Amino acid sequence: MSLTPDEVRHIALLARLGVSDEDVERFSGQLSSILDYFEELKQVDTDGVPPTAYALDLHNVLRADETAPCTSHADILANAPAQENGYFRVRAVLEE
Amino acid sequence: MTRTATRYETVIGVEVHAQLLTRSKMFCSCSQPTPESPPNTHVDPTCLGMPGAMPVINRLAVELTILSGLALNCEIAAEAKFDRKNYHYPDLMKGYQISEYDMPICTNGWLDIEVDGQTKRIGITRVHLEEDTARLQHAKDPSTGEQYSLVDVNRSGVPLMEVVSEPDIRSAEEARAYLQALRRILRYIGASQANMDEGNMRCEPNVSIREPGAEFGQKVELKNINSFKHAFDAIKFEEKRQAEVLDSGGTVAQETRGWREDIGEAVPQRTKEFAEDYRYFPEPDLPPLLISREWVEEMRARLPELPDAKRARFQEQYGLTAYDARVLAESTARADFFEAATAGGSAERAKTVSNWITGDFARLLNAENAEIQNARVTPESLAALIDLQEAGTISGKTAKAVFEEMFALGKAPGEIVKEKGLEQITSSDEVVTSVEKVIADNAKAVEDYRGGKEEAIKFLVGQVMRETRGRASPDVITELLKEKLAEKP
Repeated sequence: MSLTPDEVRHIALLARLGVSDEDVERFSGQLSSILDYFEELKQVDTDGVPPTAYALDLHNVLRADETAPCTSHADILANAPAQENGYFRVRAVLEE
Repeated sequence: MTRTATRYETVIGVEVHAQLLTRSKMFCSCSQPTPESPPNTHVDPTCLGMPGAMPVINRLAVELTILSGLALNCEIAAEAKFDRKNYHYPDLMKGYQISEYDMPICTNGWLDIEVDGQTKRIGITRVHLEEDTARLQHAKDPSTGEQYSLVDVNRSGVPLMEVVSEPDIRSAEEARAYLQALRRILRYIGASQANMDEGNMRCEPNVSIREPGAEFGQKVELKNINSFKHAFDAIKFEEKRQAEVLDSGGTVAQETRGWREDIGEAVPQRTKEFAEDYRYFPEPDLPPLLISREWVEEMRARLPELPDAKRARFQEQYGLTAYDARVLAESTARADFFEAATAGGSAERAKTVSNWITGDFARLLNAENAEIQNARVTPESLAALIDLQEAGTISGKTAKAVFEEMFALGKAPGEIVKEKGLEQITSSDEVVTSVEKVIADNAKAVEDYRGGKEEAIKFLVGQVMRETRGRASPDVITELLKEKLAEKP
């Protein structure tokens, strides 16, 4: 199974990664081999095994609705490249 | 109504997001912000999306969702899970929103609505839990003209419950009734404040039209709706617009439109440059929920009497009209006030209490934009006021004045009556004196009445009322006046 260059570009776009034509060629090979490996795994007989997304047998890990102090405002903004009046400042988000 | 407006059938499904009444956020212990909270003050590493921070599910949010599902006649899943919905936007700190994709907590319910006296059942597809996003503000640098955005993360991670209806709704009127019925239930069970204007209940109607009996048409999702009126107006606008498109031979595009209250139109919103590709997958940081039947029954036992049941009971038990029962059952606080003030009294007493609550009391509350549960008048003091009136201690007119005083100051009615000397005059001597004085002072009106202008007596009654400061009954005054006026001058 091999991915087309367009599929690789789409995946890169979804992940917000810039890729060169060279990258696209290299990644299409690498991503395809990952998919091939899953094709191989699919041959295992899983009849009667319920599907799960979890490797641990955990469920209902819940917390009571109690509050704890939030992180200080200064710490929250400490890593921000830009801030203004207590807000994070980011590049314009195009809206209507 | 134009000819075209009746040719098509409107089909509407509604998605509602309600902010749950928890103290802490959905997946961390940060307290929920208020609209007044300064930006980025209700934030910790989890809701900021810091790498390595782990979410933990708020039990109360799950329980309020189960409760809502039960109130909406849903099936409660034995197993539910959370999923990641992936997309990039600066209001989404982690690059994904934790939601529930294919295994929601509640499915397959219904809600009855009433429009023009007709009851209609609207299907509920699902009720699930997710988290809110951060808030963006858009700004422009006045000197450079550079546009930028400001991010407030306070609302990130606030628990939201999404209620999705089946496309069973056929008009703007039905959509409004659905939203009102849903809000009433969410408030009854204490799941959400459900105020649309404060944004803790938001709705997105999906609107399409079709020739009756045909396949569903292309649907348009309406956003930016902050009140029941917006929802109603936006749907009316959209069904008319779609009919015009079809009538002119065009096709309706599947798109998202934002309601613009200022121009009364729903305008197309910028669409993302490529089709939505959320790549949902199970949230690996949150083990699944197993919802035992014992847990569901425990929740069911916590369900209060719901609005429709309460309405029916009020009609049955107190002999109230359908209208009065509906107004009183609008909120639990109003209903509880009514029942406490009536205190097992007669149907007549219930009607009197109802008249106070829906009349003078409602008027004064509206003027202050207040809710009954915050009023200074208690059910006991309203009952005491009605007792005073029924015993003849005060007149109906005085009762209204005393009520205003109770409403403003929270004093007991007996106290107000005593302080101001408002007891109804029972000795007719005092009324007779006033009647005689009024007759002597108002020769013109007296002459008019004696000359056959019966209307003139109303003026004289009013004068005696004034003279006795409303403490005498108008019937007694009228009787006495007629008697005295019949005597020879």
